[in-house]
Amino acid sequence: MKLLTGNVTRTGDVVWWDGAGWSRRLDAAVPLEREAGERLLAEWAATETLNDLALVDAEAGPGGRPRPLHIRERIRGFGPTVRPDLALQGQDWR
Amino acid sequence: MYRYDSIDQAIVDARVAEFRDQVARRLSGELDEEHFRPLRLKNGLYLQLHAYMLRVAIPYGLLSSRQLRMLAHVARRYDRGYGHFTTRQNIQYNWIRLEETPDLLADLASVEMHAIQTSGNCIRNISADQYAGAAADEVADPRPWAELLRQWSSFHPEFSYLPRKFKIALTGSEADRAAIRFHDIGWQLVTRDGAPGFRVFVGGGMGRTPVVAPLIREFLPADRFLSYAEAILRVYNRFGRRDNIYKARIKILVQEMGAEAFARAVEEEHGRLLPLGIDAQEAEVARIAGFFADPPFEGGLDDTVEAGGDPAFARWVARQVQPHKVAGYRIVNISLKPEGGIPGDASDAQMETIADLAERFSFDEVRVTHAQNLVLAHVRAGDLRAVYDGLETVGLAAANLDLATDVIACPGLDYCTLANARSIPIAQKLADRLRPREEVLGELKIKVSGCINACGHHHAGHIGVLGVDRKGTENYQLLLGGSGAEDASIAQILGPGFTEDGIVDAVERATTFYLSARAPGERFLDTWRRLGAAPFKEAVYG
Repeated sequence: MKLLTGNVTRTGDVVWWDGAGWSRRLDAAVPLEREAGERLLAEWAATETLNDLALVDAEAGPGGRPRPLHIRERIRGFGPTVRPDLALQGQDWR
Repeated sequence: MYRYDSIDQAIVDARVAEFRDQVARRLSGELDEEHFRPLRLKNGLYLQLHAYMLRVAIPYGLLSSRQLRMLAHVARRYDRGYGHFTTRQNIQYNWIRLEETPDLLADLASVEMHAIQTSGNCIRNISADQYAGAAADEVADPRPWAELLRQWSSFHPEFSYLPRKFKIALTGSEADRAAIRFHDIGWQLVTRDGAPGFRVFVGGGMGRTPVVAPLIREFLPADRFLSYAEAILRVYNRFGRRDNIYKARIKILVQEMGAEAFARAVEEEHGRLLPLGIDAQEAEVARIAGFFADPPFEGGLDDTVEAGGDPAFARWVARQVQPHKVAGYRIVNISLKPEGGIPGDASDAQMETIADLAERFSFDEVRVTHAQNLVLAHVRAGDLRAVYDGLETVGLAAANLDLATDVIACPGLDYCTLANARSIPIAQKLADRLRPREEVLGELKIKVSGCINACGHHHAGHIGVLGVDRKGTENYQLLLGGSGAEDASIAQILGPGFTEDGIVDAVERATTFYLSARAPGERFLDTWRRLGAAPFKEAVYG
């Protein structure tokens, strides 16, 4: 299972592919198979509107929602764990 | 402090205009990221874990109140209300929007600041002793020399593409508050027969290969300062490795050549450079030194400090206030390590308050320390109470300088793409655990890094903590016995790593053992050096 993510070039915001477009919320991310993910990645990379596009490994998290396998991507999706006031609300980085 | 002349200002303004054009071309799609990345990095703009991060240079850690107010403005207007003071005496903002960066840089330029050479393989921001010009133990003020280096190294065409980044620090005291021996070049101002000069250390550093810099020149006459710096950089630029990023710092070159052979190569190069007359003229050195002349200190001031029966104020004075070279004045350390806080972080309101205090009580200047604290260098003894009261209003009156809760921590995995593990929560948990006995423990420098790059200076900690990635899980190594001071040493890994909670327990066990084993007057570091690793290992691992 993969998730497609990147940063908005203009703002730097972290975004996730939600099936129809890009969302700032990790809990809106939809899982992709590698091939479909790579196709989308190449398509969006060409637009230059997003930076650091990457397909990251994912797993089923609590409640069955997909979440990144690696802690780095989870924190990236959540926000700094030491500043929950600045993180996306209603999400759990662990 | 130094003020820009028309040339300085023109250079910085031109750079802002150039970057504005580059950003516009990036946003229009004319420039792709591959071509834009080196341009933004040359302006200190990184893409970090959550957003763009801007690193702003604070030359030798010195700020005017006006500049600190601008940093507060940047935090408020362009970021999320705070900034992070770093171990290189810089400030970083974590939530910058690319589209706003040109305006931000223009605002900085209006107060003689920029983000140039805060990234890349060039000479980075020069750092220096935060007590410069105020310390009672100072031989000479290092700031004029730091400023000379700043001017010499800014856009130096020969040194814009070094094998790797290059960090320089200076001190004018025997007590090393700038960690000069962990720098690519460390300069120590000394005198010989009344003449000023430098002890020159080259090839120190932390990161993957920690090295305490060897001395390559016992005494360099001050009038040969720039030519000698140029000789060192030339030898590095010519012979430094470019084939392997992990072997590219000057410390590797010095180690591979040997310090004596490296010194000989520098001396030979210096011999070729001297006839070219590139050293600053005496008049120019004097002109720059004039910017760092003593402020108008008052004479005959009362030199006593009355605590007035307030134990909290008395404790703050005893811990945060240091002697000054002029009777009646003191150096005030402002802790950016309040209980529950993030090491080095300051809000816009806190920065504004400190700027106001500096303006009223410290000749309008503030210093940033490599330990992520701030300093008011010239406070009248009679004004200490007012400064303390002002700091208390913004939660910055902690009395913990060099104690266990004065933890240095890099941003770690909460912000940094390079990190393997979080640093800040470890720093906070360690502080919480050790706070009840920090006074009993005495001087104890704890430093936490979230990866091998060592921005948290873990190699130089009496207690160092290094976060690593163990099969996708955060793991923490415990290192003991480091020092970034004049008794510089590299901390040693004690044994296998720990979990997030385990490292806190391990540090507690190490400190408990120290309390049981210390001889009278011994710091943690002294006991470690006297006893060696074995009993600490036994205490920590059982």
